[in-house]
Amino acid sequence: MGMRVPGYWRNMPFLYRLAGWKCVHCGAFHHYKPVVCRRCRSKEFAQVELPGSGRLIAYTVVRSPPKEFERCAPYAIGLIELEDGTKILSQLTDFKENELRDDIRVEAVFRRVRINGEQGIIEYGYKFRPALSRS
Amino acid sequence: MAGVYVAGVGFTKIAEHWDKDLEQLMAEAAVKALEDAGVSTVNAIYVGCALGEHLQCQANLGALMAECAGLTGVPAFRAEAADASGAAALYSGFCDIASGRSEAVLVVGGEKLSDGLSEEVSSGTLMMSGRSWYEGFMGIDFYAMSALLYRLYSKRYGDEGIPFFPVISHEHAEGVAHAQYPFKIALDRVLESPFIAEPLRMLEVSGIGDGAAAAVLVSEELARRLKSPKIRMFISSATDYVNPFDREDPLRLQSVMLSVSRVLEHAGISRSELNMVELHDSASILGALCLESGGFSPPGAAGKLAMKGEFGLNGRLPCNTFGGLKARGHPFGATAIYQVAEIYLQLAGRAGKNQLDKARTGLAISLSGVGAAAFTSLLKMEEV
Repeated sequence: MGMRVPGYWRNMPFLYRLAGWKCVHCGAFHHYKPVVCRRCRSKEFAQVELPGSGRLIAYTVVRSPPKEFERCAPYAIGLIELEDGTKILSQLTDFKENELRDDIRVEAVFRRVRINGEQGIIEYGYKFRPALSRS
Repeated sequence: MAGVYVAGVGFTKIAEHWDKDLEQLMAEAAVKALEDAGVSTVNAIYVGCALGEHLQCQANLGALMAECAGLTGVPAFRAEAADASGAAALYSGFCDIASGRSEAVLVVGGEKLSDGLSEEVSSGTLMMSGRSWYEGFMGIDFYAMSALLYRLYSKRYGDEGIPFFPVISHEHAEGVAHAQYPFKIALDRVLESPFIAEPLRMLEVSGIGDGAAAAVLVSEELARRLKSPKIRMFISSATDYVNPFDREDPLRLQSVMLSVSRVLEHAGISRSELNMVELHDSASILGALCLESGGFSPPGAAGKLAMKGEFGLNGRLPCNTFGGLKARGHPFGATAIYQVAEIYLQLAGRAGKNQLDKARTGLAISLSGVGAAAFTSLLKMEEV
């Protein structure tokens, strides 16, 4: 597959720490380093780390996975609204059968995501799990 | 802007073509289209293909296509916009004629998905639909994305009638010679099929197949000299944020909304004047979202209208008259050209058993991924 080690290295801040750039003017979050804001075209950004917890808006389960994820299937994908209102997508992990429901609280954890390419690079990143402190 | 006319079309059956390479398949469609148009050469060739590098290790499809169609020497290159690549090629060809630079162009799209394993095709759609270091990294493929949209849709409006879209497409594909799945399926079978990514079921998504389609576009002056019917073409396009959940409302495909409004305005046609629409139903939910975002159904009502028969061949607005992406098939880079070719056949009165009564205008919506880009083509029969 064409996803190479330098690309992984460039994206580590987001994948490891949910770090990115927020537009100072309109608040739009960018997980990549933007040249101009994708929403308002401003050039002023603040580096931020997104809150590591939020609410599961919707989820699905991938049963017929792409090649890189064959060994992980089936796996769950969630659309999550973080505490600051940012919406992100994530794999879901550490849940029991029937535990996944819309609107449950979820929190970020650091996990192995995949083994990539012929070199077999082990790539890590965030996933979300049902929050341990259910409030 | 000068008028652009479709002078002829050609396509292959969508199937698993084990005995043919990508360029052979495309040449077959190209030569058919040239013969259909009655032209022996063109000023330029535009090729649509999404996964040539990924599945065939093949780029440089422009020159390759020119050679295989016996047109070496003619300028040729490829346009790419994921599974709307064929529409990107149509757009390029359209602009070439509309600008007055060319008199005739060949637009050809092709994809040979059966050269890859289904997981590889899935990796391809994943790579092309979303950002490779976001959705791609996490294994969020096209199906998962569509499934999440489906969930949001069901929560807001309910899912009544959405699984009926494949039933309509298959009904229209029955007996169609070029369709990949030329048979009917009942709603029960759709609902009993296993999940591919819940709530999306296996029989709600398009399959994997090979196909190529081509169209010859010509100037008004050349159209007057050719024998083919005078069918004028318009095309518009728009983009949106690649990740639908970055959008203001993920259930409103802005790229569809904009490209449909622009093309109607350009053609001077209102929605009620359209005789047919080809939808991008790579997943049932996307067919519904195309109708709603394009202004052909109120939000949340497309499924209910589908159940009432509004989108059948005898309905208010016939959709997917040869089976759409679901049943005719969805060989990515060729799909948009199949859509336009099918409208052409309807307008030219060559649609066989699927012929609509008095079809004079038709519109096709082609998406890349879940609407990161939309291209809307419109064909209109002109009085001579």
